[in-house]
Amino acid sequence: MKLRENRLQLQAAPLLQQSMTTGQTMRDVLLALLPATLAGLWYFGLGALLVLFASIAGAMLTEWLFSPVDKRAERLNDQTALLTGLLLGLTLPPALPMWMAFIGGAVAIGLGKLIWGGMGQNLFNPALVGRAFLLATFPIAMTTWSPQSGPAEFFQIDASVLAAPFMHSGYDGVTAATPLGSMKFEHQSTGLWALVSGNTSGCIGETSGLLLLLGAFYLLLRRDLDWRIPTGILGSAALFSTVLYFVNSAHYPGPLFTIFSGGMLLGALFMATDPVTSPLTPRGTWIFAVGIGVLVVLIRAYGGFPEGVMYAILLMNAATPLIDRYTQPRVFGKGIKNP
Amino acid sequence: MKVLSKLIEYSFAHGVHPRENKEATVSLPIQRMPFVNEYVMPLNQQLGAQCKPVVEPGERVVRGQLIAEPGAFISTNLHSPATGWVRAIDNRRYPGGVFARSIVIEADPYDSQQQPNAARDWRHLTPEQFVAEIQLAGIVGMGGAAFPAHAKYSIPEGQRIDHILVNGAECEPFLTNDHRMMVERPDALLLGIDILLHNLGAKSATIGVETNKPDAIDILRGHIRPDQPIKVAPLRVKYPQGAEKMLIKSIFDKEVPAGGLPRDLGMVVNNVGSVLAIADWFQYGMPLIERVVTVSGDGVRQPSNLLVPIGTPLREVLKFCDGLKDDVFQVVMGGPMMGTSVASLDVPVLKGTSGILAFRQPQSQRTREYACIRCGRCLEACPYFLNPSRLAKMARSRLYEEMQQYSVMDCVECGSCTYSCPSNIPIVQLIRTAKSQIRQSAGKVA
Repeated sequence: MKLRENRLQLQAAPLLQQSMTTGQTMRDVLLALLPATLAGLWYFGLGALLVLFASIAGAMLTEWLFSPVDKRAERLNDQTALLTGLLLGLTLPPALPMWMAFIGGAVAIGLGKLIWGGMGQNLFNPALVGRAFLLATFPIAMTTWSPQSGPAEFFQIDASVLAAPFMHSGYDGVTAATPLGSMKFEHQSTGLWALVSGNTSGCIGETSGLLLLLGAFYLLLRRDLDWRIPTGILGSAALFSTVLYFVNSAHYPGPLFTIFSGGMLLGALFMATDPVTSPLTPRGTWIFAVGIGVLVVLIRAYGGFPEGVMYAILLMNAATPLIDRYTQPRVFGKGIKNP
Repeated sequence: MKVLSKLIEYSFAHGVHPRENKEATVSLPIQRMPFVNEYVMPLNQQLGAQCKPVVEPGERVVRGQLIAEPGAFISTNLHSPATGWVRAIDNRRYPGGVFARSIVIEADPYDSQQQPNAARDWRHLTPEQFVAEIQLAGIVGMGGAAFPAHAKYSIPEGQRIDHILVNGAECEPFLTNDHRMMVERPDALLLGIDILLHNLGAKSATIGVETNKPDAIDILRGHIRPDQPIKVAPLRVKYPQGAEKMLIKSIFDKEVPAGGLPRDLGMVVNNVGSVLAIADWFQYGMPLIERVVTVSGDGVRQPSNLLVPIGTPLREVLKFCDGLKDDVFQVVMGGPMMGTSVASLDVPVLKGTSGILAFRQPQSQRTREYACIRCGRCLEACPYFLNPSRLAKMARSRLYEEMQQYSVMDCVECGSCTYSCPSNIPIVQLIRTAKSQIRQSAGKVA
């Protein structure tokens, strides 16, 4: 029997911690995005993969370049840059030139995250900052949608993807309208099954509603996802669009189209739920989510763009500190009259 | 009706669910620990003022004899845990890596260490006499905080106590001492409640027990006489169910006002151990000189529930449990959520020591701290509905005044925030430091 105490470790309580870590959360989200990503590649072919690669490379390289030398490995191991790059890539058109995707990734991490002071400090969702930058800078490329090629033409890459940086490249390929575009400009709806399965044109990762829901369900099971945000966004958007639909069903889509078209699911399940840029307080989270849902429908119905998820989320990101300030929970035992 | 009452589980909002880890000791009867050579009685082992010794080195003392008096109203008496001699009054090791003035008693190896045995009257006391009796017995809150119990029972003018709450939640993982006491001494516990009901003029009493102790719930229900206004309330297993304000919230759905006390709602909350100490004082005249301690954790060879004289060095308690395993990493007094880790096994068991835990590896496998990603898990863990994420950030920037606006002083330091943080941020530790800074600077101004 030994009684050795010279090496006893002192530690301030509590000694126990639950097992989930922030790094694990990031890996969970990446895993949850995998089915939708693979579906995007299935539908859009190798070109889409190159776009994703470019955007991820832009994000990770920027993270590496602007991190302190001794922290570089650690920061890249966070997988936050990888995740931001992937999320951005999934919101890009499949035929976007690679160099643009690369710049988008760099801007997402540089202006979206690092300039704010790094992880956890940024006000806006980094991936959406990158996308907003691209949309402002390359409006034509960002709104040119190639049709789905399907697995038979997997190895056919659109010429525009490989265009040299800063060179003008004409879009000689075939373009196709997205479901939202045809809704907005031609008032033509798309079949629900096509929307759910992802068999439409659109951004790489946002076409298949079913697989996005599957990923989100996994995150819910792992308790990585705040259920209030998707519930609030999709619920309020569905409600608002139902009202519009009843007012003028020829002009405005119904709730199911609203939910399954465009970036709605990707945004509601994976972008708006970014904990850093959404409110901390449970009540604030509801306000934030309902705000996004209403804004999306407003922008889609009355704005100049067919799609409004990105701007809706960015706008509510900006409101987050204010929401947090005014929705602090009532402290236990304060302001209460006991019977 | 009985089946129905079994389905009811009282609970509060928020909180966390650490692994209970009570299997090792839950079915082990309480064993009396034999007397050892030397006892160390720190003078500041209760909350409040330090005690004043009334014995001199060299003096002969008998078991249960008064050795130190309260230094103020919020303070209590100390009694000798063994018959023997006062060997010294000097600075000895104390949990938390500091030294504290202590009375050192050498036990007489040839003495029979007889237990005091003279019943005391509890039916004909004035409220003041009752408060004095409790202070005389040196009884403190035995759940861990060691707040002098008599201070709870001295009710200011204009207030009255209607209800006695007995805290048998035992929400800290590993600990089973309250559980064993409820199972093994239900009649003494009920006698203690009777004494409290009678002397505080309360109408009824409730014993709150977490539902992971079904045997305790059944045994207590079986022992309550029909004429006793005592109920057992099953509580959901959740940390910190045993925090007194959470207990009241769970059972009565009432919130104790911030900065207030349970008696503002006409209640007094007592730990199971404290109620038993009251019963022992009036039944046998035995002051608080021993307590039940759970010895557990993977670093202990023989986990046990022990009745230990207060002042026994941890080394002796662990020796009695066949010693520590070779690769022990950490020894903790109390539970793993709020306990204090010790640097030396010379520190003694105190009135507030509910457990001694030895671990072979860190209880959290996480080393790396990430940035706060504002996930909000701490907000959903905090039973007081504070904003721990924000408080931790403010504490890092030393924004103490803003922290006060964010109600930092209402934090009870239960540690649920740190437990739930996926980024491994020492939230409660930061808040604790800030609170003591705030208290210090408030003291300077006054």
